[in-house]
Amino acid sequence: MTTPIDARGYAHPSALVSTDWVAAHLNDPGVRIVESNEDPLLYTAGHILGAVQVDWARDLNDPLRRDYLQRGEFEALMSRSGITPETLVVFYGDKNNWWAAYALWVFLLFGHSNVKIMDGGRAKWELEARPLTREVPHYPATAYTAHDRDDRTIRAFRDQVLTHVEAGLPLVDVRSPGEFTGEKLHMPEYPQEGALRGGHIPGAQSVPWSRAVNTEDGTFKPADELRAIYEGEKGLAAEQDIIAYCRIGERSSHTWFVLTYLLGYPHVRNYDGSWTEWGNLVGVPIEK
Amino acid sequence: MTSIPEGLAELLADFATISDRTERAELLIEMADRFPEVKVAPAVAVPPYDDRHRAPACESEAYVWATDRPDETLTYRFDVLNPQGLSAKALAVIAGETLSGAPLEQVAAVPDDIVFQLFGRELTMGKGAGLMGILSLVRAEAKRRLAAQAP
Repeated sequence: MTTPIDARGYAHPSALVSTDWVAAHLNDPGVRIVESNEDPLLYTAGHILGAVQVDWARDLNDPLRRDYLQRGEFEALMSRSGITPETLVVFYGDKNNWWAAYALWVFLLFGHSNVKIMDGGRAKWELEARPLTREVPHYPATAYTAHDRDDRTIRAFRDQVLTHVEAGLPLVDVRSPGEFTGEKLHMPEYPQEGALRGGHIPGAQSVPWSRAVNTEDGTFKPADELRAIYEGEKGLAAEQDIIAYCRIGERSSHTWFVLTYLLGYPHVRNYDGSWTEWGNLVGVPIEK
Repeated sequence: MTSIPEGLAELLADFATISDRTERAELLIEMADRFPEVKVAPAVAVPPYDDRHRAPACESEAYVWATDRPDETLTYRFDVLNPQGLSAKALAVIAGETLSGAPLEQVAAVPDDIVFQLFGRELTMGKGAGLMGILSLVRAEAKRRLAAQAP
C-alpha cells in the first residue's frame, strides 16, 4: 500500500503531489496540469480535465538537430499553454512518468522551477477510476519571458562525461541489465534505438530506473528504500557529482528526478545524449 | 510482383492527406474503438496465450493469429492485453480490416514503414518498434501459409 507522500522521508516531498491533490486542484487558476506521454493517442483519447499536452517530439525537441527547443520556442509553448512564470506546473504521463520527468527536466533548463510530478502518473489515475475527458482546454495566451536555456547545471554533454569518467566520478546507468553488460545493444522493446557498440560507460553503476517505483501503482518508493538501493547497494553519496544516462535521456531524467528531489542530491546531471550517442562515438572508453 | 493490399493502400492514401496531429489521433482512436471486431474469438485462443503469438517488441502485449478462409487467404485476429494500448489496438483494426482476405504474397511483403505513414513520423522509436512487431507477426503468418501451400 502506498504511504502518503509526506511520510516517505523524501528530501523534497513537495516535488510530488498525489492524485487526490490533483483532483482537488483541477480548477485552481494557479495550477496547470500537463500530460506528457510516449503513446501519441493517449491524451486525445482522454486526459485529466483541464490538462494540456506537452509532446516530447513536437514541443520539446528541435525538429532538425538533436537538441531541445530554444528560448523563444519555450516562451511560445508556455504562452499557448496558459502558463505564466508563477504557474505551478504539475506533470503526469504514461510509462511511470518517464516523459513527465523528461518534460519537467526541460522546463527546468529554462528556469521554470515551480514544477511537480503527480505520483503514479496516468496509470494510477486510471487505476483509481478517476474521470478522463476528451475536451481539449483553451487558455488565454500569456506573456512569458524565460531565460536562455541553461545547459550547465543539470545537463551533461559527451565531452563533460568523458572528463567525468577520467576523473573517476560516479555515473548511474539506468538501462536494463542486458544493455548494461553489452549483451543487448538496445532495451528489449526498442530494437531501433541501438548503437554500434554495447556495454556501459566506465565506472557506471547499474540501477535500472524501474527499481525506484512500486510496480503495483507506479508510485515512487519511500526514501529509505531508495537510499538502500543507491547508497547501500551502489555506494553513491549525496554530495557526489553524479551523471545519469540511459538510451536517449528519458529514463535517466526519471532517475535524475529521484536523486535530485526525492533523495536531495544537489549535483546530479542528466546525459541526454546517453547510449545512442556514447555507443556510437569513435574512440571513447567502454566497459562490459 | 507484389504491391500493397488494395484496402491498405486506400487507407494510406487517406492518411496521407492528414497534416493535423489531432485529426490523425482522433481517426486512429476511432479505429481503436472498433477493436472488438478484430479481437480473437475464444474458439481460436483464450488467455493465457501461447508466446509464439505474442508480437515482439510490443509493450502493449499484442497477440496475433490467422485463420484460413475458403479462398486460401487468411483472416487476421488479435488481442491487446494492455488496456492503455490504444496504438496497438488501432493497428490491429487496420491490419484486421485491410489485410484479411488480401493475397498472401502482398501481406507477406507489407513494409514496416506503413506504421509511420499511419501514426506519423514523430512516433517514438520505441512505440514504432512495438507496432512493427505486430506487423511482423502478420507477415510471418502469411509467409507460413504460403510455405505450406508451396508444391
